[in-house]
Amino acid sequence: MSDNSNVYLIRGARVLGGDPGDILIRNGVIEAVGPDLEAGGAQKIDAAGLIALPGLVDLHTHLREPGREDAETVETGTRAAALGGFTAVHAMANTEPVADTAGVVEQVWRLGQQAGYADVRPVGAVTVGIAGKNLAELGAMTDSAAHVTMFSDDGHCVSDPLLMRRALEYVKAFGGVIAQHAQEPRLTEGAQLNEGEVASRLGLAGWPAAAEEAIIARDCLLAAHTGSRLHVCHVSTAGSVEIIRWAKSKGWQVTAEVTPHHLFLTDERAENYDTVFKVNPPLRTRQDVEAVREGLADGTIDAVATDHAPHPVEAKEAEWAEAAMGMTGLETALRVVQEAMVDTGLLDWAGVADRMSVRPARIGGSEKLGHGVSIAEGAPANLMLYDASAGSEAVDPKTHASKSRNSPFAGLPLPGRVYATFLRGVPTVLDGKVTK
Amino acid sequence: MCAMKPEQRYEARSGPGGSGGWKAVLTPEEIRRALSRIAHEILERTHGGEGVVLLGIPTRGVPLAARLAARIGEFEGSEVAHGSLDVTMHRDDLRLRPARALQRTEVPPDGVDGKTVVLVDDVLYSGRTIRAALEALNELGRPRGVQLAVLVDRGHRELPIRADYVGKNLPTAQREMVRVLLEETDGADSVVLGQQAAGEEADPR
Amino acid sequence: MKRHLISAADLSREDAIEILDTAAELASVSSRPIRKLPTLRGRTVVNLFYEDSTRTRTSFEAAAKRLSADVINFSAKGSSVAKGESLKDTALTLEAMGADAIVIRHGASGAPHRLAEWVTGSVINAGDGTHEHPTQALLDAFTIRQRLGGPQQDGDGHRGTGLDGLRVTIVGDVLHSRVARSDVLLLSTLGAEVTLVAPPTLMPYAVSTWPCEISYDLDRELPKSDVVMMLRVQRERMTAAYFPTVREYRRRYGLDVGRMALMPSRAIVMHPGPMNRGVEIAADVADSSRSTIVEQVGNGVTARMAVLYLMLGGAEENS
Repeated sequence: MSDNSNVYLIRGARVLGGDPGDILIRNGVIEAVGPDLEAGGAQKIDAAGLIALPGLVDLHTHLREPGREDAETVETGTRAAALGGFTAVHAMANTEPVADTAGVVEQVWRLGQQAGYADVRPVGAVTVGIAGKNLAELGAMTDSAAHVTMFSDDGHCVSDPLLMRRALEYVKAFGGVIAQHAQEPRLTEGAQLNEGEVASRLGLAGWPAAAEEAIIARDCLLAAHTGSRLHVCHVSTAGSVEIIRWAKSKGWQVTAEVTPHHLFLTDERAENYDTVFKVNPPLRTRQDVEAVREGLADGTIDAVATDHAPHPVEAKEAEWAEAAMGMTGLETALRVVQEAMVDTGLLDWAGVADRMSVRPARIGGSEKLGHGVSIAEGAPANLMLYDASAGSEAVDPKTHASKSRNSPFAGLPLPGRVYATFLRGVPTVLDGKVTK
Repeated sequence: MCAMKPEQRYEARSGPGGSGGWKAVLTPEEIRRALSRIAHEILERTHGGEGVVLLGIPTRGVPLAARLAARIGEFEGSEVAHGSLDVTMHRDDLRLRPARALQRTEVPPDGVDGKTVVLVDDVLYSGRTIRAALEALNELGRPRGVQLAVLVDRGHRELPIRADYVGKNLPTAQREMVRVLLEETDGADSVVLGQQAAGEEADPR
Repeated sequence: MKRHLISAADLSREDAIEILDTAAELASVSSRPIRKLPTLRGRTVVNLFYEDSTRTRTSFEAAAKRLSADVINFSAKGSSVAKGESLKDTALTLEAMGADAIVIRHGASGAPHRLAEWVTGSVINAGDGTHEHPTQALLDAFTIRQRLGGPQQDGDGHRGTGLDGLRVTIVGDVLHSRVARSDVLLLSTLGAEVTLVAPPTLMPYAVSTWPCEISYDLDRELPKSDVVMMLRVQRERMTAAYFPTVREYRRRYGLDVGRMALMPSRAIVMHPGPMNRGVEIAADVADSSRSTIVEQVGNGVTARMAVLYLMLGGAEENS
C-alpha cells in the first residue's frame, strides 16, 4: 500500500524538551526519531520550537456518562482530553448508574472507542453503588472488555477499615489497585472549606487536613499489611505528602496523585464565596501548595491527575453550601503544570512526561495499550506537541470543548498551548483544534 | 462615605474668602447691625419675645439663632429659647447627592407646642430648605405660629415662601453664588458674592 | 460606604462612626411622638428571609417603615423558595420588582455575597449561616457607646467617637456565631479590645488570626471587662460533643449573679437574643439594671434606620 494518509513527519520537535529533531510516524507507529528525516508524501508538521511529550494519561477524570450527560459526555470529555494533550483518561465510577458492574464499565469503554479522541479506561467502583457497604464485582469488571484494573469509590471514601482491607486483598488476584478518596467522613460532616483562617472568617464549616491524612496513614498501613497496591487520589495537604513519603521509604506499594488545582490554587480563592472554587478535597493553604509541588518534584507524588469534574451552570450558581464540588481541568492541566512546576524550576520536561504520562500509565495499567512509553523507534505513536513559549493567554472556559464551564482558572493568564495530540498515529488535535 | 459637609463643598471651590472673583457684600459690622435690627423686629412683632423659640437650620443658621437669642437677651434682659433643626431627612433633593450625615436637632426643653417658632437661616434662595424645615418642625409639635428670619434674601424663589425678617435683600443673578461666612464656622464674619464657574453645579440652595 | 453591607469588615472606622452618629440623631426622632420620616418615600426594601427570625425581620421592617420606604416581606415559607427556586431566580424576581435594597437572612454562609452578584440594589446582610450579622454588631456598638462612651461633649453626645480602650468580652458558642464574627470585626475597628471566651470546642479553628484575644477562663476575664456579651448556646451542641452537659457548660461559662459581681461596677451585660435563660445567662442577670438586652432591641431599629438612610437616602455614588 502506498497510501500516505497515515504518514506524518514532525519536524524540529524537541523530544522531552531536548534538542530539536524529527519524528516520523507511519501507520500508528513511530518509525524513526532523529535529525533530518525524509519521507516522500508524508504530511509534514512544522514543530520548530515545540516540545514533544508522550501522550498524557489522566488517572482521574469524571466523564459523567451515563447519567449526567448535561454536564459531560464521553465524547465531549474526551475531546477536552485530546485538546489538553491526553491520549488516555481514566473515567471515574461515580456515574448514574454507578460503574460497579461489568455492564456499565463496558458501556463507558465502548463510548470511548466510538468517540475516538482518547482511550477511555473505566475505573470500577470498589463497593456496590459506591455506598461503602459491599464489595462490587471487581473480578467481573476486570474480566470484561473494559479490562478494569483500577477501582475507586471516588467522591466517597472507603472509610470502613475492614472493607478497605478486603478490597486491597481481593484485587491482588488480578493485579488491581485501589484508588482511595481519602476523607474521614465523621471529621468532615458538613465540611465546606479547608479548616483554617479563611474558613473561620467566612463562617464555612472546616474541612481539616487531618481528615485526609488519617485515612492515608491507615491505608498505607493496610497496603503494607496486605502487600497490596494503594493509590492515593488527589493529595492536597502537606501532611499527606509526609505520610506517603514515609510509606514509600518503607518500600510499600503506594502511589499518589495531585491535581493541577491543588498545585496552584489556595483556599483564599473562596474569599467571595465563588463556588467555582468549591472542590473535594478543598483548596488548601500556601504551605500545602508548596508541599505538594515539592512532593511531585521529588517523586513522592507520582502523577498529576486532573480530577476533571464538570458541572452544569446551575449546580454552581448557588449558595456555597448548596453548590456542587469540583472543577474542570483537562484543557488546562499541562499549562498549569508548566506554570507551577516547570517555570518554577521544580520539574523539567522529562519530569513532566514522567508524572503526566509514564507513571500514570503504569499505575492505571495503560502501558499495554501503548501509553506512557518513550517517543522512540517502534513505539506506538501516542504523543503530543506543546508550545511552551506561547504567550500567557487568559483561560476562557467558553472556548473549552468540555460541556461545562466551571474552570477555576477562568481569566487567569497561563503559559503554553497544546499544539497537537496523536492517538496511535492519528492526530486528534492539530494546531490547537480537534481534527474531526 | 462621601457625605460632604457644606463647608467642605464650599472650600472645594476656588477661594471664596479671598480674591478669586468673590466680592464682599456685607462687612462684619453690617452683619452685626443687621442681626440687631432683626432682633428688634422680632421683639416688636412678638410683643417682647414672649413664647419665642429660635431654631437655626444647620449649618450657619445655628450660630445665627444663637446670636439673635443673645442680642434679644441684651435688649430685654432675658434670653429667648433657641436651638437647632436639622432638615436633612426632609429635603426634596436627597436623591441628587450621596446620603449626607445628619446634623443636630436640639429643641429647648419646653418644646415648640404653642410657641412662636422663628426659623433662622443664612441665605433664602429657592425656599426648598424652608419647606423641609416646616415639615421637620411639624414632627416636633404644633407651634402657635412659625416665622422666618434670614441674613440674606437673594431672590429666585421656587415656592410660595417669604421671610418675615431679612438682614439684607441682595438681588442676584442665578449664576451668582452667595456665601455667608461666620466666625463660629469659618473664622470670620462676611457675606460674599461670586460667579459660578462655567459648568459648575448650580447652587443647591 | 460600600454599596452593600455584607460584612462588618466592609465598614471603615469612619463609616462605622458615621452610622453610629446618624443612629444617635435618629434615636431622638424615635423618642418623639411622630415616628415617621419621609426620607425613603418611593423606595422599596425587600426582607428576604430564608430563616425564621421574627425579631430581626420586624426590626428591619420597623426601620424601613419609619423612613417611609415600601416594605415587601418575602419569606421562604409558603413562597416559591420552598418549592426549590434557586437563590438566583429569586434574586432576579426581586430585581424585577424594583427592590432598592434587599435585606437577606439565610442559613448558608455567603448567600448575601452571591445575591449581590445578581441584583443592582443594595444587599444588607441580616445574618448568613455562621458567617456574619453586621447590623447586630452596629446596634451592639451603638448600645456600648451610649452606655460607656467617652465624656459627653457639650451636649453633642458621643458624636464622632469610637469605642477606644473599652474591653469587651464575648462568651459562648463563637464557632457557630455570626454575631461574634461581626462584633469582633466592628468593635475592634472602633478601637475596643475584644476577648473571646469559650470552651476550645466552640472556638473556630483559626481564631488566633482574628483581631481579638482568646481565653478559656471566664472568671479571669470578668474583672477586666467593661462589657460582657453572652451568646446563645444551643442545646443541640451538646449532642455533637461540643460540651458534656448543659450543667457543666453553665458552671464554667454561664453568667450568674455571683459571676456578675466580679465585673467592674459600671460594666454592662449584653445578649443578642434570643436568650436561653438558665443556660448561658441567669434570669436575674438578664433582668438586672446592668443588662442592656431590652435596650439592644430598640437600638436595633435605630441602627438599621441609620444603615438604610445612609445606603438608600442619597443618590448612588458615581452615578
